[in-house]
Amino acid sequence: MIALNNIHKTFNTGKPNEVIAINKLNLQITQGEFVVIVGSNGSGKTTLLNLVAGNILPDAGSITIGGNDVTRFPEYKRSKWIARIFQNPLLGTAADLSIIDNFRLAALRTQSKGLIIGKNEQFKALLRDRIATLNMGLEDKIEQPIGTLSGGQRQALTLLMSVMDTCKILLLDEPTAALDPRSAENVLRIADGLIKEYQLTAILVTHNLKDAGNYGSRIIQMGEGIILKDVAGAEKQNLKQNELYDWFG
Amino acid sequence: MDFYLTALLQGLCFTGIAFGIYISMKIFNIPDITTDGSYTLGGVVTGAMLTQNQPGYIILPAVLLAGALAGALTGIIHTKLKINALLAGILVMTALYSVNLTILGRSNLPLLNQPTLFSVVNLITDINQNSLLVLIGFVLIVTTLIGYLLKTDFGIAMRATGSSEPMIRALGVNTDRMKITGLAIANALTALSGYLIVQLQGFADISMGIGIVILGLGSVIIAETIINWLRITSVWLSLVLVMAGAVIFQFVLAFTLNIGVDANLLKLVTAVFVLIIVGLPRLTGRQA
Repeated sequence: MIALNNIHKTFNTGKPNEVIAINKLNLQITQGEFVVIVGSNGSGKTTLLNLVAGNILPDAGSITIGGNDVTRFPEYKRSKWIARIFQNPLLGTAADLSIIDNFRLAALRTQSKGLIIGKNEQFKALLRDRIATLNMGLEDKIEQPIGTLSGGQRQALTLLMSVMDTCKILLLDEPTAALDPRSAENVLRIADGLIKEYQLTAILVTHNLKDAGNYGSRIIQMGEGIILKDVAGAEKQNLKQNELYDWFG
Repeated sequence: MDFYLTALLQGLCFTGIAFGIYISMKIFNIPDITTDGSYTLGGVVTGAMLTQNQPGYIILPAVLLAGALAGALTGIIHTKLKINALLAGILVMTALYSVNLTILGRSNLPLLNQPTLFSVVNLITDINQNSLLVLIGFVLIVTTLIGYLLKTDFGIAMRATGSSEPMIRALGVNTDRMKITGLAIANALTALSGYLIVQLQGFADISMGIGIVILGLGSVIIAETIINWLRITSVWLSLVLVMAGAVIFQFVLAFTLNIGVDANLLKLVTAVFVLIIVGLPRLTGRQA
């Protein structure tokens, strides 16, 4: 589904503060895999996610998604396949817009946003049903500006927004870093449920080793721009919490 | 009474600027001051074409196009060359001064015997009341069109661009193109104000746009104060309030002149008035 071939990315090239963020990295992710990426700060995991999303372009190497070469595609063109959840819950939704406006845009992620009014009764009904599945009581508040909701509620809605239109890949960049423990657990549970229900290929970047152990079908540890460890399948499922901690020892 | 009627007429003419500033400042969060130039541009294009006896159905699209081009230029400089929006606006505004002077051919062009929008469309005999009817109709059509636009999927994407850029990019919108389009629409509306005011007052002047951006800002800020105060979320109501803001602004200026304040002090009064509207909610908010 996603293939990164010999990807290289340097920031501040030629300056004293030059950083090699990603160093000749190769990574293949197959359809339906849920990859968790861990690593210390500056290990390159967020850069890797941004390279896949397209808001950073690589210096060298190529990226393919579903067999299409997307190496030079900007972010908005890759949105055909990719939905994205940001670390900051405020970035994933437009605060001034109502819940329904946000969802209307999400429902058109892979399509053009034309000069028709798409917020009809049919769409409203569909939206209420979808939002009701979150069990947060938000289905009656769809005309409310989304900025009036809590971070946890917004992040949960953002997740739901990602599957409003056809979605193949879900990128989660520390989606729970700004949330309290209970909201964080809730958001990850929703994410896991959606990934299974829609058979999404997912990449989760996290600092939380407990989450890294509980979720995902494959775990990758990054350091200094390269992949240090790559564990999948039964071995990933049997990975013990303390073994994970030892990776960072 | 005529004094206030004139203020009302001018206020309605300035609705275009107010909508333009509303779009650039409130929807896109871009401080766009191309306004001074694109307003004059709309005015001089109207004046020049009227004296060449061009038909009205050509003048209006030409004015809108000219304004849109000016706005798009600011947008392109801002997004593609990554230049601060304020500076991009100043650059285009400065350049437009020469363009406007070239189009007009001289610094002031009277339109004494030209048939204008207000004389061609003749509904009732009283000139001022006829102008009022024509303007109300005109402004209603513009408000309807902009209101509809903001309700469409495209309009939601526009509003989201100003609210959360990372989000809307991830949802497949080219934000650069969106901003360029938005500034083009905003400045087309601003040029529309120039088009109306030139025909209303019967002359085009090269310096008619100096400091005009404050009218738009003031109108939007008046509207915003009411919007926040009454917690309005409806797009239609917001637009109507912006229109009302433009009229209220003119009324305040007319009142100021009426009570005998020196006309030379008008710009000072304008600035102080806007300062009061901006500052008042904050001052009272602090005490509460």
